[in-house]
Amino acid sequence: MCTLPQQWNTVDATDTSRPDYYHRVVDCQWACPAHTDVPEYIRLIAQGRFTDAYMVNRHSNVFPGILGRVCDRPCEPACRRGRVEAKPVAICRLKRVAADYRQDITGRLPKIPKVKNGKRIACIGAGCASLTVANDLMPLGYEVTIFEQLEQFGGLMRTNIPAFRLPASVLDEEIGMILAMGVDLKLGHRIESLRKLLADGGFDAVFVGSGAPKGKELSLPGREQAAANVHIGISWLESAAFGHIERIGERVLIIGVGNTAMDCCRTSLRLGAKQVKVMARKPRAFFKASAWELEDAEEESVEIIVNRSPKAFVLEAGRLAGMMFDCMEYEMDARGRISAERVTGEEFIPADDVILAIGQENAFPWIERDLGIRFDKWNVPEVDAVTFQSTLPGVFFGGDAAFGPKNIIWAVEHGHQAAISIHRHCQGEQLTERLPPGVTLQSRKMGMHEWSYSNDYAPVERRLMPHVSLKERFKKINIEVELGFSAEQAEQEAQRCLNCDVQTVFSAKLCIECDACIDICPVDCLSIVANGTEAQLRARLKAPASNPAQPLYVSAALPQTGRVMVKDEDLCVHCGLCAERCPTAAWDMQKSLIHWPHVGEEARALEQRKPKIA
Amino acid sequence: MTFIAKPKVSHPSLPRNALGFTRRDYEGALSTLCAGCGHDSITAAIVEACWGLSLEPQNLVKLSGIGCSSKTTAYFVSGGHGFNSVHGRMPSIATGANAANRRLSYIGVSGDGDTLSIGLGQFCHAIRRNLDMLYLIENNGVYGLTKGQFSASADIGTRAKKGDTNLQPPIDPVLLALDLGATFVARGFSGDKRQLVPLIEAGLRHRGFALIDVLSPCVTFNDHEGSTKSYAYTREHHERTVLADFVPREREITVEYEPGEAREVALHDGSRIVLRKLETDYDPTDRAAAAAKVQQRMSEGEHLTGLIYLDARGERPEFHQVSATPAEPLNSLPYEVLSPGSRGLAKILERYR
Repeated sequence: MCTLPQQWNTVDATDTSRPDYYHRVVDCQWACPAHTDVPEYIRLIAQGRFTDAYMVNRHSNVFPGILGRVCDRPCEPACRRGRVEAKPVAICRLKRVAADYRQDITGRLPKIPKVKNGKRIACIGAGCASLTVANDLMPLGYEVTIFEQLEQFGGLMRTNIPAFRLPASVLDEEIGMILAMGVDLKLGHRIESLRKLLADGGFDAVFVGSGAPKGKELSLPGREQAAANVHIGISWLESAAFGHIERIGERVLIIGVGNTAMDCCRTSLRLGAKQVKVMARKPRAFFKASAWELEDAEEESVEIIVNRSPKAFVLEAGRLAGMMFDCMEYEMDARGRISAERVTGEEFIPADDVILAIGQENAFPWIERDLGIRFDKWNVPEVDAVTFQSTLPGVFFGGDAAFGPKNIIWAVEHGHQAAISIHRHCQGEQLTERLPPGVTLQSRKMGMHEWSYSNDYAPVERRLMPHVSLKERFKKINIEVELGFSAEQAEQEAQRCLNCDVQTVFSAKLCIECDACIDICPVDCLSIVANGTEAQLRARLKAPASNPAQPLYVSAALPQTGRVMVKDEDLCVHCGLCAERCPTAAWDMQKSLIHWPHVGEEARALEQRKPKIA
Repeated sequence: MTFIAKPKVSHPSLPRNALGFTRRDYEGALSTLCAGCGHDSITAAIVEACWGLSLEPQNLVKLSGIGCSSKTTAYFVSGGHGFNSVHGRMPSIATGANAANRRLSYIGVSGDGDTLSIGLGQFCHAIRRNLDMLYLIENNGVYGLTKGQFSASADIGTRAKKGDTNLQPPIDPVLLALDLGATFVARGFSGDKRQLVPLIEAGLRHRGFALIDVLSPCVTFNDHEGSTKSYAYTREHHERTVLADFVPREREITVEYEPGEAREVALHDGSRIVLRKLETDYDPTDRAAAAAKVQQRMSEGEHLTGLIYLDARGERPEFHQVSATPAEPLNSLPYEVLSPGSRGLAKILERYR
């Protein structure tokens, strides 16, 4: 057979030396804002190395015990297992397993130098972003001061997440590890003026991690008159967390259907409410709350009512009696978006208390507008998306304070990136010339038929999280509902991970086109075809490559026929059979390690660059 | 070989055939052949063909003799019937089974040793009888299971892994089959499934003896420089004569062919083979011309592949017509019909007195 001519309209061979390529194959790690090495820690859990698994987590996400309970889990919808069968690996729950079963890690935490480097950093707000900055900078000899307006540290992790989801002991322990590095924590110390802090504080850099502390208001008729029984969600949760309020009426309406609303309705049930209704303006497909938080609320008999738009607070004898709603009807287009809406009537729903959970905003009344920090038209400071620096050099933002409400895992990554910027700022280096990410690969081949990872596909279904019984859990406000996986559950769930970080690495020059890999691939993700445009390639493959969000790997031209090896990454289960069946070792299974630099690596790189003085 | 079983997980959008099965439902046991063996590719092509024909697994009979090739019947359609015979005696078993039940599809998988050395006599008589079966030779020119001696199909001048040169002329199963009057003669290459799968489909549907000689490189003992049956050599020297597209009865012909380029041949069950000539002067229904062409290309060191000869007019009767076997399987016939009884037996014996 003659060699096919190379044409202009063909795809170039995939450049796998770009760290992004193999990073993207590890769907969970790619989706995680902090790039947690998920497959690695799940493997360690499977080996019973819980402490090591915890440390892998802590390196990226700092708070494994906290996140193992309440993370928003962007990794799970991304998980390849969810495409291969119905449900993703319970990544978040496994993170908690590492935290639950680990041993003492004090000896494995970084050593804090006794001699400081002379640089002082102020962090405003003792939440996850500031704590991450402190965690990263303390080992380099920085002196970090955290100012917190409340009498307790933890930020919204403590005030807004109820203790029945995240026990205070977990918060105290994980945050305690950071504070024990020698952080100067000033509780009950509210910063009233940034100007004053900059002028008198003597700090080399300021990090603003003050969150998005302002709950949105709902200005409707009757709001002011009913004020005694209408509460702003996040403030109300904070009062409940600190025990300032201990009761709520029997009939409670929650307005809004995000995760805060879920926390409000479940907290109400623990403060004496008997009948809790969550009122949603739109149909279920538009809910902001995570599916699992909705499930947990509905398990506790919370009723979620859709298509009701709040109209007025109704009073009787000067006291809240309920709320009037417009009944809505929506028309959807083919893509599931709302194309038209109609009011079909109104409905009165009685209530003793109403909690507003319709969003939150950041607020900076304490930042003078003439300091050089530019605010945009929504009154939010302009923050660089890479360096997290504001328009005033030396002032950095992170967490919800930077780009509005997100979740803990985002704030942690903001903290890591801001720490790099703060270090470069303090060393007089350009903030933008940061270390690039990298990837290293190492073969997992151990012998003729041995691979140093567990490559058997385990046809196990996702394990269910055991809960405290419905009878027990309402007895106290702080009984943690989720019990955590048992050892058996953890073992089985860990086996569901597909080891996506053990990459299929191909060497075109070794291939003899015997088709062995193509014949054995259980999910038909390999094909040898004539090169063409990406659309042509996708149509030529052995099984339809219909998920354009997942890349195609395209090899260099194969030596015998000039065709190309194409791998559709979408459904690869990383079983290694292609490498096992390859007679020439053109395929190999290699573990990828993604290097996502933190300030420690950044500091070492800067150190090496400095001229040595003899 | 591999020790890791192919996991049961599969692509969620794999197409299903008329029976609702995916390709994966036609797989068999874990292959114990060397990694990269051409035979495994042929197995995959058989799986693909059986799936494409919507064959009911219980209606397939898999027969084999001894050798690497003969192990492969275990690696496809685990729901079918199987018989692993004595070395070179697969055609006898196929003849017996076929005589007893003509309702089933018979596929015999053999190798160059099993067919052309120890089993050559049996092979010839199966062709002569025009036995209704697909006979597939996985031909690698080497005795793999006994560590790499030249087989009867090794070409003159081909070199063994240790450097010896073969001086004996090869037996070419395609020429032999043409000579003995086979009604369907094809050659394929394990590394070209686009050609091989339709050949297997057509061969299974052909009524009478269908031979497909598949060049199947031995990755362990015969894939080096100097071998005429390596992947590299075969790829460079396999010349495709006629492309055969198989069109099952249920399907319309959807591909547009250039006028004069394609020729349709109907099979007994209503399915069709569309022959597309790659060379204008080649006629795959002319037995003498086909033999001459194969011989000519062979002398030039080329492997002629594709559907080389087809008895398109159905001139030669097949085994059942000649032997007047009953249409119904013997096991479904009433005892009175099957057994002549003592009076009938006496009558038969009388004939020989």
